[in-house]
Amino acid sequence: MNWALLLSKLGSGMLTTLEIFCVTLIVSLPLGLLVAFGRMAKNPIIRTIFKIYISIMRGTPLMLQLMVVYFGPYYILGLQVTSSYRLYAAFIAFGLNYAAYFAEIYRGGIESMPDGQYEAAKLLGYSRPQTFFKIILPQVIKRILPSITNEVITLVKDTSLAFAIAVTEMFTQAKALASSQVSMIPYVAAGVFYYVFNLLVASVMEFMEKKFNYYR
Amino acid sequence: MNLLEIKNLRKTFDELEVIQDISLSVKEGEVLSIIGPSGSGKSTLLRCATMLERMDSGTMSYMGEQAVWTDETGNAVYAKSAQLKKIQNYYGLVFQNFNLFPHFSVMKNITDAPIHVQKRPKDEVYKEARELLKKMGLSDKEDAYPCQLSGGQCQRVAIARALALNPKILFFDEPTSALDPELTGEVLKVIRSLADLDITMVIVTHEMAFARDISDRIIFMDNGVIAQQGTPEEIFQSENARTREFLGKYHDYGV
Repeated sequence: MNWALLLSKLGSGMLTTLEIFCVTLIVSLPLGLLVAFGRMAKNPIIRTIFKIYISIMRGTPLMLQLMVVYFGPYYILGLQVTSSYRLYAAFIAFGLNYAAYFAEIYRGGIESMPDGQYEAAKLLGYSRPQTFFKIILPQVIKRILPSITNEVITLVKDTSLAFAIAVTEMFTQAKALASSQVSMIPYVAAGVFYYVFNLLVASVMEFMEKKFNYYR
Repeated sequence: MNLLEIKNLRKTFDELEVIQDISLSVKEGEVLSIIGPSGSGKSTLLRCATMLERMDSGTMSYMGEQAVWTDETGNAVYAKSAQLKKIQNYYGLVFQNFNLFPHFSVMKNITDAPIHVQKRPKDEVYKEARELLKKMGLSDKEDAYPCQLSGGQCQRVAIARALALNPKILFFDEPTSALDPELTGEVLKVIRSLADLDITMVIVTHEMAFARDISDRIIFMDNGVIAQQGTPEEIFQSENARTREFLGKYHDYGV
């Protein structure tokens, strides 16, 4: 077992995994809110478009979506893509996929808010953006935090799907090492990494939930 | 001058005519109570007056400024949104279930709109808010959150929140219906103290003794129309059969 090789390979894979994780959240959390607005739009055409978008994103495998985003430009448009596009394809596919899930969580939270909060805000003269960002959204975030935690934990594990388009993230590295070294150790190390990562995610989210505990 | 003038207000929910042709006006300093059985349209009337609900037809003006009128086809037309925003400043509403913002402290509930909507200076707003809280007997609750307060305390914060915007008229939509008798008492006491300050109020209530006591004028609504209106004496000693029937139970117990 070459320990130096193991550490350097898994270490770089870890960084890529972290990168996919962070970029996905940065893209999909705000994008999900926009998709939720689209899904709740008064205009039936806009509403239907977003409904179909969510339906496709949730109804097909993320691995397949990764393939479409990565190979699509070549097969459909005949564009020659560079190998650096791999990582971007992962960002795009993960971002679009998770935005759909987050959108439905946001929608559930927003629709669970009592009308009275909107009516009180209207009577006090708050504008529509003020009402949403000051009154509604903070309360929605408190309500949806447990569901968001679930998605974020799933995302940590889902990053390994980037293996399908040969992004050299944690899982890809572990598999390569396992075959070249003929050893289970890389898999064990990868498993420990994902587990500890999620332990961290769970405790950060628990801390945030506690932060919101000052009111009911 | 009438602060509020409503004429020929009609409102229908899915074929059901909840309000059929109601006209009413409120003078400065007046305390007007609206009583009547559940489903008689009292709350709908209040929600139309505060523009939470859109009326089907009729006219409405605050301080002589037209908010709603009716076009040739008989449909209500609302003023431009800038004009409505201005008119909205003239009134406040206290809800049955308070509708405080649970994530804001008591102080923030009261001061946030004056500071961020009316753009008034912070220190002035805080000073006024502290005076209001004192009036409501809640000086020690500034930093509390609504979930730490009793229903009666919440309602008093809601009243302070509405007053902080200095409305010309304050509407109350069954302000004590969600409270037990003890808490009802403390809220009614506060409302009475406002009446003594000559604040113009329109109160939808089921508290008959309170309405009789506090009002300059009472409107008795039944089936979407004003069945009778007059001074508290006129209403409570009415010969009108429907009014007597409604108040019958109340008289029976001789409260």
